[in-house]
Amino acid sequence: MKLNESVMELKMFLLVLGLLVGTGSPDMGSSQGKCSESLVQGPQTQENRTHTTHSKKPFPVLSFGYDYVRLPFEISLWVLLASLMKLGFHLMPRLSSIVPESCLLIVVGLLVGGLIKLVGEAPPVLESNIFFLYLLPPIILDAGYFLPIRQFTENLGTILMFAVVGTLWNAFFVGGLLYGVCQLEGHRLVTVDLLSCLLFGSIISAVDPVAVLAVFEEIHINELLHILVFGESLLNDAVTVVLYHLFEEFSSVGTITVTDVLLGIVCFLVVSLGGIVVGAIYGILAAFTSRFTSHTRVIEPLFVFLYSYMAYLSAEVFHLSGIMALIACGAVMRPYVEANISHKSHTTIKYFLKMWSSVSDTLIFIFLGVSTVAGPHEWNWIFVVATLIFCLVARVLGVVGLTFVINKFRIVKLTSKDQFIIAYGGLRGAIAFSLVYLLNTDHFPKRNMFLTAIITVIFFTVFVQGMTIRPLVDLLAVKKKQETKRSINEEIHTQFLDHLLTGIEDICGHYGHHHWKDKLNRFNKKYVKKCLIAGERSKEPQLIAFYHKMEMKQAIELVESGGGSKLPSAMPSTVSMQNIQPKKPPQDRALPQLSKAREEEIRKILRTNLQRTRQRLRSYNRHTLIADPYEDGWNEILIKRKKMKELEKKISQMNNYLTVPAPPPDSPTIARARLASGEMAGKNISFSYFYPQAWGLKSATESIPSIKVDLASPQSPESVNIVDEIGMKGSQPKVSEEGGGLTMKVPSPTKPRKDQTTDEDNDKEPQQRLMRCLSDPGPAAEEEDEDEPFLH
Amino acid sequence: MGASQSGPVHMFQDLAYKTGFSIEQIKNLHNRFIYLTQAEDTLRREHLENVSDLALNPIRRQIIEAFFDKRNMGEKEKGCLQEIGFEEFVTVLSFFRPPKPHTVDEEMKNIKKEKLRFLFNMHDTDNDGIITLDEYRRVVEELLSSYEIMGAETAKAITDAAMLEVASVTVGQMGPDEFYEGITFEQFMQILKDVEIETKMNIHFWNLDTRTVQCGK
Repeated sequence: MKLNESVMELKMFLLVLGLLVGTGSPDMGSSQGKCSESLVQGPQTQENRTHTTHSKKPFPVLSFGYDYVRLPFEISLWVLLASLMKLGFHLMPRLSSIVPESCLLIVVGLLVGGLIKLVGEAPPVLESNIFFLYLLPPIILDAGYFLPIRQFTENLGTILMFAVVGTLWNAFFVGGLLYGVCQLEGHRLVTVDLLSCLLFGSIISAVDPVAVLAVFEEIHINELLHILVFGESLLNDAVTVVLYHLFEEFSSVGTITVTDVLLGIVCFLVVSLGGIVVGAIYGILAAFTSRFTSHTRVIEPLFVFLYSYMAYLSAEVFHLSGIMALIACGAVMRPYVEANISHKSHTTIKYFLKMWSSVSDTLIFIFLGVSTVAGPHEWNWIFVVATLIFCLVARVLGVVGLTFVINKFRIVKLTSKDQFIIAYGGLRGAIAFSLVYLLNTDHFPKRNMFLTAIITVIFFTVFVQGMTIRPLVDLLAVKKKQETKRSINEEIHTQFLDHLLTGIEDICGHYGHHHWKDKLNRFNKKYVKKCLIAGERSKEPQLIAFYHKMEMKQAIELVESGGGSKLPSAMPSTVSMQNIQPKKPPQDRALPQLSKAREEEIRKILRTNLQRTRQRLRSYNRHTLIADPYEDGWNEILIKRKKMKELEKKISQMNNYLTVPAPPPDSPTIARARLASGEMAGKNISFSYFYPQAWGLKSATESIPSIKVDLASPQSPESVNIVDEIGMKGSQPKVSEEGGGLTMKVPSPTKPRKDQTTDEDNDKEPQQRLMRCLSDPGPAAEEEDEDEPFLH
Repeated sequence: MGASQSGPVHMFQDLAYKTGFSIEQIKNLHNRFIYLTQAEDTLRREHLENVSDLALNPIRRQIIEAFFDKRNMGEKEKGCLQEIGFEEFVTVLSFFRPPKPHTVDEEMKNIKKEKLRFLFNMHDTDNDGIITLDEYRRVVEELLSSYEIMGAETAKAITDAAMLEVASVTVGQMGPDEFYEGITFEQFMQILKDVEIETKMNIHFWNLDTRTVQCGK
């Protein structure tokens, strides 16, 4: 059945595709001629009257005017084709697990190009400026915005070594050896001079970020290798730009002097650092702008995109490295922008970036295929094969040699398995192709040969290396990416470790990596955050931000599950807060005794209340969904918290015994409540305290405190909060803003105590039913108040 | 002359063998030790507190305490020392030595365990073998102490959440009456097993002479 369905889908899909291509090809051939009949002109206009005097044509009801929409139509058609292709691949799961998507797309491009050629048209070629100005930036921005900064900076030295030294080595090795081959070969190739070869070498030696991303995304290797190869592909752009311009400039002259080399080095520094500076400036501007967008949330993503694109374009104006500018812009602005913008904007940015980069990616590979069919080729066996071999050899030698040097300085050494993957992952891609395409045929008579060679190398790396890297990764048992969720313990300890290592470095007097990172953080906290982040968030420590994020995620999970009895939890456990609260020494206060019948009555009352409450709970879940706490409500939340704190202080003399009978073990609502408490962090933990039943509409006995459980607290809309209002004896605190709920009054017949007591077991009266006093170490115990779980 | 020269060298070799540092590194550390103690024989807490960069560190107290903690000296004793010699100084620092290349997995596990033990001892201030809620809360408070805003309630909430997580992950099912004492060492190892302590908790001990001769503070 399933097979039939997918086959049917496939057939329909191919039909649609065929239609599209069919409409596409004659359109592309259509040429000039303003089909002005398309403009529906009534007989009112003068021109028309003059035209139609001699031959009165019937009024055109339906006319055909293609030129008007030609350009956007074609672009949309291509993008649609690309997206449908992507869709198609995932209908064939078996295929997409063997062959990486990039290969499939190139094949499709080849097919489409072939089709177009068959029809007799000239297939469109991937124009370099379209590539560099429109197709490349989204991919790079996507990569830069989501760059894992921590791993990147930790491995920055290694990445730079590979990017700069490695690329230089590759360029000169390949270029030099190719020149030797050309000279040796004799008749056809001897015209290729050294500079051309070096230029060719420099173009082809750069690892391509698009190809690397496309392949590495699917194999999920560990983060270290991913960031090494990917970082290298990003940072070698500066080297490529400099070498390209250098050799291109001087190819017309013919010679290079020492001064030129020195200038080249200076140029490299200018290009890379300049690019980074430009990017950083735009990044800061973007961060600063985002500080004021609290009233116009809708256009927040637009700022992010525009500033980044401007950074790229500005860098390109001065021939600086646009890629590095883009990366710097994204990386610099991200922490501040994320602190300022709303959650929805964040999602929008994420999805738009992914969407654009995905479309770009697909288009690039398809066009690569089409251009292969289209482009003028000159096939020379020796040159092409030599290029291929030299590229591979250069890469391997470069990686091995550099790793040998780098390992002396690294704490975590790179093993030979790592080296293999790094060498194998050096894929070439469309950037190289576009750069060759830009070459001027006058200066480079052998440009077509270069083009052919480049395409061969690209095909080889993408197809052969791309396809085989996945089984190789499995074969070599390279460590894969950990998919674990970040837990709060890990976060605490990561921060702890940072400070610890900084401290030890200070004691040793050694200004290492941690020392400078700490200094930067402190500078950031003191000055930069104040400028760039709006409002209270600027002072929020990272741990707290992480904690809030985690809470919100859990709350969203809870709500998305519809408040059902099953919660999506990875850790089903029945541990709840009360298990953790410290045992207080058994008090010598006499607990009120309840007769069995009494207890039964109480329990029944409580259960019904819980039922009723649960109804409210559910509706709260569905309709009053999460208002983003990080949106405008943030300040209100803080104000409310302050108010609550004041209230707590008033209630400081409380004895808040909740004598609660043990829960009937089979009640689903209670099990759910327990589970809920286990899942939610922080403020939601309070749920567990009240699950059974501390509700008496009127105090059943004098000594049973009644708890006000507020479920619709607007104060913490992001979580289902149970609010505990512990009223003074007899007095009802002013909580009208909290809405309904169950009220707990603590009548404390005994003297008010400062201490909270948690009587999990009562040693002294084992016969008594377990009176579980839920401890609220909040208001009366210590000076510091805990506002979240209990008193909202 | 000869005797006094061979004396420290001999001691350095012993230390190098015991802690795994190289002789060069030990010599550098010795120079640093002399600088810190201002040429006295033993290191006391005040000496460490004089390190200016340390003043801005939120957990400096615990770091300093770790140097005087007997549990880190390789003996089975508990308690604190008042002053330590060079040997203890190097012993404590050896916890931060990166593992040598080509270390077998078995030994890596031991190294990881030792480093985690060091961290555990830093948290478990009362030496009872478990990290209680209060001790953990103090850790979180110290981490947040460098920020001006609040501290207390959120620290409490974060600590509660963290303990809850530890309990959920390690113990799993607990009845409502049971009480979770605190984090034992095995549980500590379990929750931090993904953090890759053996590669992260290292600093670089240069073989070259570093800034020990730096007089300026």
